This record gives sequence, C-alpha cells and structure tokens, in this order.
Amino acid sequence: MAILADQDTKVIIQGITGREAASFTKDMLDYGTRVVAGVTPGKQGQKIHGVPVYDTVRGALKEHPVDASVISVPPGMVKGAVLEAVENHIKLLVVVSERVPRKDVIEFLEAAREQDARVIGPNTLGIISPERVKLGMAGGPVEDVKKAYTPGNVGIASRSGGMTTEIANLLTTHGIGQSTCIGIGGDPVVGSNFLDLIPLFDQDPETKAVVLFCEPGGIIEESLAELVISQKIALPIVAFIAGRFVDDMPGVRFGHAATIVEGDKGTAKGKIESFKKAGIHVAESFSDIVKILRNTI
Amino acid sequence: MRLLEHESKEILGRYNILIPEGDVVESGEELKIDGPVMLKAQIPLGGRGKSGGVIEVSSSGEAKEKIEQLLSTPIRGYGAKKILVEEKIDIAREFFMAVTYDTVAKDPLVIFSQEGGVDIEELSASQPEKVQKELFTVRARLPQYRAREIVSEAGISGRILLGLGAILSSLADIFLDYDATLVEINPLALTGDGKLIALDCHIEMDDDALYRHKDQAKKLALDNRYEGGRKSTDFERKAAEIDSLDHRGVAGRMIEFDGFMGLIIGGGGASLTAFDAVKQHGGKPANYCEIGGNPSVLKVKELTKHILTKKGVEKIAIIMNVVSNTRVDLVARGIVKGVLEAGRAPSETVAVFRVPGAWEDEGFKILSKYGVPYCDRSVSIDEAAKMAVERAKP
Repeated sequence: MAILADQDTKVIIQGITGREAASFTKDMLDYGTRVVAGVTPGKQGQKIHGVPVYDTVRGALKEHPVDASVISVPPGMVKGAVLEAVENHIKLLVVVSERVPRKDVIEFLEAAREQDARVIGPNTLGIISPERVKLGMAGGPVEDVKKAYTPGNVGIASRSGGMTTEIANLLTTHGIGQSTCIGIGGDPVVGSNFLDLIPLFDQDPETKAVVLFCEPGGIIEESLAELVISQKIALPIVAFIAGRFVDDMPGVRFGHAATIVEGDKGTAKGKIESFKKAGIHVAESFSDIVKILRNTI
Repeated sequence: MRLLEHESKEILGRYNILIPEGDVVESGEELKIDGPVMLKAQIPLGGRGKSGGVIEVSSSGEAKEKIEQLLSTPIRGYGAKKILVEEKIDIAREFFMAVTYDTVAKDPLVIFSQEGGVDIEELSASQPEKVQKELFTVRARLPQYRAREIVSEAGISGRILLGLGAILSSLADIFLDYDATLVEINPLALTGDGKLIALDCHIEMDDDALYRHKDQAKKLALDNRYEGGRKSTDFERKAAEIDSLDHRGVAGRMIEFDGFMGLIIGGGGASLTAFDAVKQHGGKPANYCEIGGNPSVLKVKELTKHILTKKGVEKIAIIMNVVSNTRVDLVARGIVKGVLEAGRAPSETVAVFRVPGAWEDEGFKILSKYGVPYCDRSVSIDEAAKMAVERAKP
C-alpha cells in the first residue's frame, strides 16, 4: 500500500482546459493514472487528451465514480473549486495553484475538515507513488518520472516540489525505491504538513523510513519533533534542512513564501536542534541522506 | 506587507475602535496640535520605544524640534518620512489583543491578555494564566459572545468586559475583512475616565490577497511611506531587469553576496541546498539566485553575462534539481552564449554545470562541444557544489 492514492484511484482535474493542467493531464494519463473526467465551467462536451470535460463536479460525478481531484485554477477561484469538490464528497484534493490568499486556504481547509476530506497543497507539484499513480505535475513527463522514481519502501515529504524529485532521484541512483512522494506545498499554511503525513506513513506497512525536505520558516518542524516524542513514533525519519545560511538574514524571503526567518523564529538551527532531541536523523549534506537511510533500514 | 501604525489605526477607526486624537506630519512646520503630545516615528518595526522612535514632549516648540530630529535620525536602518503626533493618554490599565493564523491548527487564533504593553511571548512563557488563546473559524468568525468568553476566561468581569469583547470581535472582523495575517493592539488602554483606546496597532496584510484590496494596495505601493530596510543593490536591480526581459520562466531573482563564485541555481529548494553546499565546502558565493519555470535563452544568457561583470568573479557554477519543465538544452545554450559574449572561455569559466532532466542529452551535447565540465543526475547537488569549489581554487 502506498499512502493517499494508488493505481485504482479515480481522478478528475478541475481546470483541465488550462494550458498547464492539460499538459499534466497527459503526463498523468501516460503514467497510468485513471483520469476519468475534467471540469471547466462552460466547456462541457470538449475532450482533453481523450478525457471528457464537464461544466460542474456534480455533472462529472453523475457519469463517473471519483476518488480524488487535482485542482489547477487561477488563485481567486481556488476556494470555490475546493468547496465544490468537498461538497460533492470527494475525499482527496491536490491543489496545484499558487498564490492563493491565506484566508481562502483556511476557509476551504475548514470545509474539508468537516467533510473528512484531505487536502494536499496549495502550491504543490503533487504526489507520486512510483509505478502506481501520479497526481499533479510532479516529476513531469512519464520518461522523466521513470528515470527519477522507482518503487520501494521510503516515503518522501518535501516543502519543495523540485526537491521531491531530486530526493527520489538520489534514492533511485543508489538503488533505494520509494513508497509515496509528496510535495506538501511551499506556503505557510498547507492542507497536509509533516504533522499530518508522518502518522500516515507510520501506519503504512510498506513504508520503512521517510525523508523530509525542510526549509527555514514556520514552526512545523519544531511541532513535528514534539509529535514524534509524544506519540513515540518509531518510524525512522531522515530530515534534510536546506537554507542554513538564511538564519543570518532574518526578514529576507528566499524561494517559497514560507521560507523566511522572523526574528529568531523558524531558524534552520532551531529546527535541527528540535529534530535531534526527538531522535530524527539530520543529514548534514544532501548525499548523507543515503548513508543514514542505509544505516536505519 | 506590514502597515505602518497610522495606516493600521485608520482601519481601527473605520471599525469604531477609539484611537488617540492625532495627526500625521511630514515636517515640524505641519504641526497643529498644541500642548503635551507623543511623537511616534512611522517605521515598520516593533520596539520603537526602546530605540528612541517614540518621544514625549511638553510643548509645541519642543515638538517641532523633536519631529525634525525623528525625521533625520534612522532607527535600526529605517528612516521615518512621517511622524504620528498624538494626544497624551491618561492610562489606568493596559491590555493586549491580537489575531493571527495558527499554522499548525490551520485556523485563526485570537490572543488576549489582561496585561498590555508587554512582550506577549515572554508573558506567555512566564505567566501563561494571564494570556488567553483560542481558535475560531473563518466561517463562524468571532461573535461578541465568544469574544466575551475569551475576555472573561482571562479573569475580567464587570462593565469593561462588554467594551473589550466588542473590540476583540471587531479586531477579528478587521483580520478577516482585510485579509490580514496579523492584527495586534498593544497596548489597548483603559483611560482614567473609563474609555478603551488603542495606543498602538500593527497590521500585516497577505501579499497574495492585495489584489482584492485595491485602495489599500495603492497606498502601500507609494514610496513616501518610509525609507530603508534592506535596499536592493545595483547588481540586484540589474538582475531583476533581466528577469523582466520576457515572461518565460524566472532568471534573475538575485541577492548579492561578497564572494567570488558566481551562482546560477534553481529552483527554490535546490537553490537553498546548493548555496549551503557551496559554503559548506569552503566556497564564497558572489550571489544567491533562483532560475526555473523554463526561462528563455535570452534571460539565461544576460544573467550569465551580468554575473561575470561582478568584480572578482572568474567562475560560475550552474546547479539545479532534476528538472521536468525547464529544458536543460535551453539553459546550457544561454550559459554558453553568455560566457562567450562576456569574452571568456566556457571551458574555463564554468566551474560545473549540473542540471539533469528534460532535454538533457541535447544540453550535454552543447556543453561537450565547448568543453564545459558537466555532470548528470548520478552526481548529487552537494557533490556538484564540491566539484565547483575545487575547480574554482586558484
């Protein structure tokens, strides 16, 4: 079992007629993902790479059973798209769109929580369970995904989409396969952060260890360390914390919206210390991830 | 985006929260209020009082002189362009209230304390019973009865409970209506004659939501608000110009450092990783930057040339994560062209090219033709950084 989705997951794409969405729909189909329908209001009747387009999620659901939705619509329309999916009882939502206002994110997460729906993102490249399923843009075209990702027992959760593939590639290069790889999204508030995902990986019999890609900013890493201690989580976790130099430049944002040290909060140093206290392995250099994994599994 | 105190207080006023009588002036000449007043430098920083940014004066003559002083003396790197002149308030008691997002609980969080004018985090750690924290939802907001519950839990009763509850509820409305990520009143004063007045206020708005607050966004874009903060260097501004040459991808978001190793790195997470790795192996980066989203050959070329104009930069390293939508061949072409146009030899100037992924075979072909040292996906980001640092040694 991978977590969140597998080869049987039936997926719709909200915003499928957009340029980017159409392109990753093809990549998903090529990888074997069961994309059953797309939704763009006003475009019902069209087909995108053979996938039928509907005006509404409800309309798509009348014709197809659906488990998950990948959402790629302009920032101001994301809240409506998520609410539409949630109210139609879709239980897994992958929100690819970037620059979604924080209040909208919180509001649709509240709605998702009431309906027991899980949200990945916003601002995520998506999810890959190698050779089973790909939701979103993660990894790009199928030939590139196949080079970087191989099936196996290590989970990946990353605050950077590009680094999700980079870590998978590092593991694949050294003969270590992956169970499920998730770009959690680069925003300060995301639907599923490390705190939400580690328990899922912990319960997954197939996942023997997890690699986390962390950046300065926020308190999710510090909170995860507390969770690992209080829940006595035994699943080996290897964390790589990028951007140690950012500690010396408080107030300057690097890369993702969430990557900013405010005062003395959210520093890489603080995160490393909390991880070490909780028994989470910290890789000093990127290549060390492999060494640590070999010693732990 | 952080609003200045007077900008924040203007919003409080719209929600019928009392603020001191006052005026914003840009020179001592503009002063209209007579008698003892508070002068407050309008800069986007907390702790102004401790840094000399807030001055109490007893006469208008003294006020004029001190206004000029505040306008001409930078405070922790910031220069005020406006001074808020306010009546002096007779304070009987102070409170603290704030609304922000709890990023772990993923809901708005309201914080109330029966002690104001303090560092709330210190108080929270030393006397947690004095600080009341509760979550609410965007959908239900914070009705007055809930706000009163919070104030009451903090140990306050009597008539003042109603006033505090009303203000706290309005503060939550401001937070939501203005797409704020933080609103804070510290302190909220109870005056000798029983009024509640917001003495200081701090509002942060969500940059990603500014598009639906056009009036506010217009004001925030004006350059007469204050001076300072970290200013872009000429080198960084030129890089930003290169990035705006066309709309294809990103190539130019740059921060200048004082080293010698030019860096063209990307995307967001990989840039952080590569920069750390270069430093870890003893390299001294000349810059941080991010490229990604399939930038045009033109932008990569110009960026390469630009970095090579920086004094002392002999070598550049090009390191990205495994790319899927950026084309390796286009990056390679841009780099080689840029180095050639700068009058340097690609084989000598590029310390390492490590960009594997989409169209890599075509890219590697270009690089071999010019003798550029490149590596494929079997070489990790930190190994590539190490190679670059070693090759850059004289």
